[in-house]
Amino acid sequence: MNDKLINLLQLAQSKHGYVSEDAIQAISDQYGIPKAKIYGVATFYSQFRLKPLGRNTIKVCRGTACHVAGSLDLANSIRNMLGLKEHEDTTKDLKFTVEEVACLGCCSLSPAVMINEDVYAHVTEESIKKMLVNYK
Amino acid sequence: MSQDKKIIVTLGTCGISAGAAKLAEELKSKNNVTVKTTSCIGLCALEPTVFVEHGSKITAFSDVRPGTKDVDLLVQFHKTGTLDAEFGKKVIYDGDRTKINEVLFKGQKRIVLRNAGWVDPLNIDDYIARGGYSFKATKEQIFDVVKNSGLRGRGGAGFPTYKKWEILAAQRSDEKYIVCNGDEGDPGAFMDRAVLEGDPHSVLEGMQIACFAAGATKCFIYVRAEYPLAVRTIKQAIKDATVRGFLPVPVEVREGAGAFVCGEETALIASIEGRRGMPRMRPPYPAESGLWGKPTIINNVETFAALPWICTHPGEYEKIGYKNSKGTKVFALAGKVKKGGLVEVPFGLTLRDLIYNVGGGVIGSGVFRAVQLGGPSGGCLPDSKLDLPIDYEALKESGAIVGSGGAVIMDDTSCMVDIARFFLSFTSKESCGKCTFCRVGTTRMLDVLDKISKGKATQKDMETLNELSEAVSKLSLCGLGQTAPNPVLTTLKYFAEEYKEHIEHKKCRAGICAALFVYEIDEQKCVKCKACVKVCPVEAISKDIKIDQAKCIKCGQCFKVCKFSSVLKG
Repeated sequence: MNDKLINLLQLAQSKHGYVSEDAIQAISDQYGIPKAKIYGVATFYSQFRLKPLGRNTIKVCRGTACHVAGSLDLANSIRNMLGLKEHEDTTKDLKFTVEEVACLGCCSLSPAVMINEDVYAHVTEESIKKMLVNYK
Repeated sequence: MSQDKKIIVTLGTCGISAGAAKLAEELKSKNNVTVKTTSCIGLCALEPTVFVEHGSKITAFSDVRPGTKDVDLLVQFHKTGTLDAEFGKKVIYDGDRTKINEVLFKGQKRIVLRNAGWVDPLNIDDYIARGGYSFKATKEQIFDVVKNSGLRGRGGAGFPTYKKWEILAAQRSDEKYIVCNGDEGDPGAFMDRAVLEGDPHSVLEGMQIACFAAGATKCFIYVRAEYPLAVRTIKQAIKDATVRGFLPVPVEVREGAGAFVCGEETALIASIEGRRGMPRMRPPYPAESGLWGKPTIINNVETFAALPWICTHPGEYEKIGYKNSKGTKVFALAGKVKKGGLVEVPFGLTLRDLIYNVGGGVIGSGVFRAVQLGGPSGGCLPDSKLDLPIDYEALKESGAIVGSGGAVIMDDTSCMVDIARFFLSFTSKESCGKCTFCRVGTTRMLDVLDKISKGKATQKDMETLNELSEAVSKLSLCGLGQTAPNPVLTTLKYFAEEYKEHIEHKKCRAGICAALFVYEIDEQKCVKCKACVKVCPVEAISKDIKIDQAKCIKCGQCFKVCKFSSVLKG
């Protein structure tokens, strides 16, 4: 059953927004996989989070085309907008989590930002400010 | 309304983000309008695109905005044939359906993308109507056709496809696996996403052909979790094709979890097995001992998608192409290029033709600086190399690679040192940490590049960078480390003067490396509107409009907001 581990972690994460200590324990008990091994897999893949996630996830694409289109500045602006400090990624009210992702595969739309499962194209500081109002 | 009159809306990830899904809903709500939705046609820069089909005649529109008068004007044209003069400017094609490729996709040869935009990806009958799932032949015939076609793996390395199959067929085992690699991790490449979203059945049919020829007993499709639409589409396609009995060899989807290194075949296998995706030494090659120790071969999405066409057109694929690179390659054109999107061109076309004829030329400042090919394993080529043909061997010799087919075009607002640093920061983050040269080497290389971009490097650092590049490429375990220095080596080779400027003159000509320039106010031009004061996130601009350099983080907000060009960058 070990080959289902990644899938199990994905399920746990989609249910709770992150992989909790309890989820790791439950998977370990039910499938007989050592906790250390589960932790090893969970920390290897960038998709998995071990801390609670905001209700909305903003993924700022940091692929090549988006980099050339200024996505680093954009990511910093969004973090500033939400009042996030250097090592924070989630707002205190758990409304937003900001992540930088390798590439969303929408290179012609650069800079691209994905909020939850929606991709937004040619994002600017002004346009994202307006979009964020729509999320609760 | 007769069935042969319909409006087609293309719903790829690009189109949806430009508003195509809303547009389709709006059109469906109108009376007497037949709306059909398909997937990405590759014209990402022109989305949302709409095709009005009247029998054999097609009129294509770009940039049709939902919630505007565009919608009614489109419906009016669809029903009555009357075209509003202003709206008519959005027409990108008007004529016979058979000629549309020649106009919209000038210079291209669409094989992998043959169905892109023309089939509803979730409607298996659409695929069947275009000749899908009809191919029948013996194993020997398939081997012959694929061998003669010269098809090489499209994932990057370019290993002859039939050879992998031959090795698999020769293994003795009760179980043999074929894996479709859809872990498209290269920043800058999105053809696998588009094919999985837009024409999933051609991938499934290609996989079945491969399974039959090479004797596999089960298939897996490994898709990145960052592509939710692709995952949903391929899963639905598998269900539909299974019901119809088109998948004698069962297919299972496995979602990746965000690790670039999983594009490497042994790491991908570890990931499917539910382990940390770390590569291992080869041999044994996966074709001998792969998934759960059973013989396994791994091919890319694009390779599988090309197979049904190759098999139904024996003798034709090898006529296209150049030397040992036969057939076509899909490129994802992005960056400062006019017609960004997916294009499929024959091998042998020059890079210049790819960028200027197929891509429509450079936008932004309009001054071409470099093209980055092949992502983090590839390299940056200058104008002097644009007459090279697209060919596995020719590009490899230049230091770049065909790779997965990402092509990011840059104008003179890009700094080559910054680009090298960008890729190294990517590879050092994505290094799985197993071997020392990749783990430590890429980090040390990044340190040096950081120093250069801050204007603190010396000639000695350049020697270190060269030494590290050589060591990392020679001594790393897998392809990730072996190719990680390529972006550095190519920029050092072709853009040496930029490195020199950073080191000797502490200058970044593109104005990207923040430590090497400052923002200042031109007091002659400044009208004291205070727009810059308001946008500054760190309150570095005083009320009398002076920038406190100690506080300034060089975010460039003041530069962007100033309408009087009185913020100077230098």
